[in-house]
Amino acid sequence: MNWETVIGLEVHVQLATKTKIFSAASTSFGATPNTQACAIHLAMPGTLPVLNKQAVNYAIMFGLAIDAEICQESVFERKNYFYPDLPKGYQTTQLEKPIVGRGSVTIQLADGTEKAIGIHHAHLEEDAGKSTHEGDLPYGMSGVDLNRAGTPLIEIVSEPDMRSAEEAIAFAKKLHSIVTSIKICDGEMSQGSMRFDVNVSVRPAGSSALGTRTETKNLNSYKFMEEAIEREVERQIDLIEDGGTVAQETRLYNGDTKVAKSMRSKEEANDYRYFPCPDLLPVLVSDEAIEELRRALPELPDARQKRFVSQYVLSDYDSEIIASDSNMSAFFETVAKDSSNAKLAANWVMGELSGALNTAGLSFIESPVTAQQLAGMVVRISDNSISGKMAKQVFEAMWQGEGNADEIIQAKGLKQVSDSGALEKIVAEVLDGNPAMVEDFINTDESKRKKKLGGFMGQIMKASKGQANPQQVNQILLQKLNALL
Amino acid sequence: MTIERKEIEKLATLSRLAIDEKTIADVTGRLSSVLALVDQLQSANTESLQEISRPFHTSQRLRDDQVDETDQRDAFQAIAPQTHNGLFTVPKMIE
Repeated sequence: MNWETVIGLEVHVQLATKTKIFSAASTSFGATPNTQACAIHLAMPGTLPVLNKQAVNYAIMFGLAIDAEICQESVFERKNYFYPDLPKGYQTTQLEKPIVGRGSVTIQLADGTEKAIGIHHAHLEEDAGKSTHEGDLPYGMSGVDLNRAGTPLIEIVSEPDMRSAEEAIAFAKKLHSIVTSIKICDGEMSQGSMRFDVNVSVRPAGSSALGTRTETKNLNSYKFMEEAIEREVERQIDLIEDGGTVAQETRLYNGDTKVAKSMRSKEEANDYRYFPCPDLLPVLVSDEAIEELRRALPELPDARQKRFVSQYVLSDYDSEIIASDSNMSAFFETVAKDSSNAKLAANWVMGELSGALNTAGLSFIESPVTAQQLAGMVVRISDNSISGKMAKQVFEAMWQGEGNADEIIQAKGLKQVSDSGALEKIVAEVLDGNPAMVEDFINTDESKRKKKLGGFMGQIMKASKGQANPQQVNQILLQKLNALL
Repeated sequence: MTIERKEIEKLATLSRLAIDEKTIADVTGRLSSVLALVDQLQSANTESLQEISRPFHTSQRLRDDQVDETDQRDAFQAIAPQTHNGLFTVPKMIE
């Protein structure tokens, strides 16, 4: 039987606020355990939450970015469950009236097609703390760090519109690109800034009824997401084909061991006894506030991609890669403007620089080579001062902090010789000094002569200490040799 | 609408409340009378009224996003049942 996969995503996005959603404690990552756990998120008696305006604004900005309805009166509710990383005994979240309603996100697939993925809603809520079960702990105990408790999140809930791991990952990447472009999230997946819960079910191809789904929680890399989806689809199909049924359950996928296991049966845990939080009043948002946020909304990745094609004449492929990353986009634009050579700027930003940053585990913001420095180098390639090969040396030196392009070109004596008089002289000298090679060239069949040019080029580049402009030398060489025929 | 003994037991489990035999009967009776009151309220005609989730005509006040809390870990951990190296410790919880 042919099976169809149905996937829906729940995405937790940590908002890039300075403080927590309901208290003025810092949200900075990596602090000493529990030094940012204040009375409110420790659930001390008598404390009351006060909502962070920036968190509300960021949630609205997300809604505007995906063309969703903004709920002008949204309500916080209590989701009740017991776990040590949530001292209050309930998570403050939204259910009936979330701040962001229906919207949609367009994804681009490898075959060039586009697909709209529906967003059911997005709501504001607080993150929980973190528990650890291993390491330096008393026997039989778990440790709880509540620094993360109360970090503002939006949970984005998609419709079950994805049909493959490829589509799910394209959707996840698009959301990442949107939330980082509008700067409501730092996008650091390794620090848990974006976490994905994947709902997967299968059904016979052509069927419109949904199969029973499982939820694999807390995936924080695209690779793990892809693996988890593929394994889960396979497991469900095997199970059904062997006469079994899929149980609705929550699963955990371990990216290191590649093993997924059932976490708990969903029915019991799902009884969260939601009710409106009596500590918080409805959040009202005015038309003016929404319009103000809409006007200030930074450029979205799709708009940026189109602009790159029209403004810088980049290809669809190049523009899409660059536009999906807001930091890369900003870097590229500075290089393109300062160097007036957008195509070369794009090549260097996507090629050499991206590769070096990737290897070093750095982001574009942390690049040791600044956009101005790279632009300086691109200018020297454009005006033929240095060859592409020399540029790689210059880039390497800039990366090592040896200064800007012109300083390095001078210090290393890398200047390319493009003066045609000087080049003609070198070519003539090489031809005069190698009569046997010239003889051989003349006697070679015309169709095979091209291959003989390499020998001359090698001699000429050697004579010029690698500084001759290769394109120009090639032209002069052909002229001179053809004249001898 | 009435509430059954079984539902009381389930709610007690979810709420981590210990509830003995005698109390169950008592609580079941009292909660049932609360629910009866709700039933009575639901018979009122509210068709022309707009739904409100709060009895106040005000909205949530919002706070500026500025750090204004200091580290009080030592004070909080001094009253915690058990801590270790800055972590609160609890009996091991693994699914």
